[in-house]
Amino acid sequence: MATTQTNQGSEFVVRVRDVVKEYQMGKLTVRALDGVTLDIYRGEYLSIMGPSGSGKSTLFNMIGGLDKPTSGSVFIDDVDMAQLDPQELAFLRCHRIGYIFQTFNLIPVMTALENVTLPMVFAGVTADEARERGIELLTLVGLGGRLHHKPTELSGGQQQRVAIARALANNPSIILADEPTGNLDLKTGKEIIELLKKLNKERGVTIISATHDLKMLDISDRIVWIRDGKIERVELRSELELKVGEVEGEAG
Amino acid sequence: MSTVQHATGKGAIRKQVQLPLSVAFRIALLNIRVRFLRALITAAGIMLGIAFFTAVRAAALYAPPLDPNDPATIEAATRQTWLVVMSLLMSTVGISNSMLMAVTERYKEIGTMKCLGALDSFIVKLFFLESGLLGVVASFIGFFVGWGLVFLINLFRQGSAVFSAVSLGALGWLLLQAMAIGVLLTVVATILPAIRAAKMPPAAALRVEV
Repeated sequence: MATTQTNQGSEFVVRVRDVVKEYQMGKLTVRALDGVTLDIYRGEYLSIMGPSGSGKSTLFNMIGGLDKPTSGSVFIDDVDMAQLDPQELAFLRCHRIGYIFQTFNLIPVMTALENVTLPMVFAGVTADEARERGIELLTLVGLGGRLHHKPTELSGGQQQRVAIARALANNPSIILADEPTGNLDLKTGKEIIELLKKLNKERGVTIISATHDLKMLDISDRIVWIRDGKIERVELRSELELKVGEVEGEAG
Repeated sequence: MSTVQHATGKGAIRKQVQLPLSVAFRIALLNIRVRFLRALITAAGIMLGIAFFTAVRAAALYAPPLDPNDPATIEAATRQTWLVVMSLLMSTVGISNSMLMAVTERYKEIGTMKCLGALDSFIVKLFFLESGLLGVVASFIGFFVGWGLVFLINLFRQGSAVFSAVSLGALGWLLLQAMAIGVLLTVVATILPAIRAAKMPPAAALRVEV
């Protein structure tokens, strides 16, 4: 079910409006995004799919406040990101967005707990409270017994769990996951996807994920297909299940 | 059961808080401790430069007084100053280079920190503190290496007279100079790397090496 919690805020946590992004490559102007408009519901699990070079990563970076559009605008919680100065952008990244990376990106010199508390440190949370919340989050992702392990002492799946806990640190409105299963084996990848879905359901956090992983389709509320810088189609999971069912039916 | 603790209408976007220096200090210390070998090599550059500076100055202190008007003395002094300046320049370039390497090496880490809400100024502090700490420690050691060598050589030449040859005050002054120059040079050497680190886009965190 696409849970659309419309509390005080609007029902859309992210609104993308006519976004065009052009890159200059030598004398050539490459249009990575060509007028993308997309609304993302609060509490939704959305997957962005598309071949490499489709503009998928560019769109993902725009939503995450990591890149600015050439024209058009991106709103997070009704705030136009183009209007923010660097300090406000840092605040937005710190409080509103949680990032999960393909390569986990834990700070190698810090323990699991220190990694999870780092965004809270940046947010100015006191050390005691950060510690308490950090332990709580690591327990939530199933790593309560590995608080003081360094990233090198953890498996890939465990590192990604730490990264998920870290993404939740400041109770963000959205979690952006860039190929979260890209560096994991099938089984671990599945566990991570299930964890993300669980967090999405139980905590109501919006999850936006760029992926190639077809396992992701199964749990996404909606799938956005990008091709040549444009949205090719947006599918609901219910439609998708129908198709999968058909395919299976034909096979049997 | 969907509990919505976060999400909706959390008030306006504010400016990100500036962190106390102690936080950056702790992380810089961690960085040095974990990448100890790299830190050691960087520090060795400063250490050797300062050791050379100290040795030259200390040698002058221990040497019998020379006629300051003798053209040979003046020429020797000029040549020595040149050597010292050049060696300090070399070690500055060395530190700069190895800090630049550190920035390149840690692009993902810097990008990630920015994604998590670090301000540019925090990244700048981090790198200055890291190199500053190395500068202090390395200059301190450099002084004792340079002075120690000169002391030993003169102990051979002059015997026990060496113990009273130079006043503690003069040595203290030399230590102060060595430390000041060492720290100043490391800080200057870090300007460019720190700016580069601060300008690293947060999207660097997403880069995947092929």
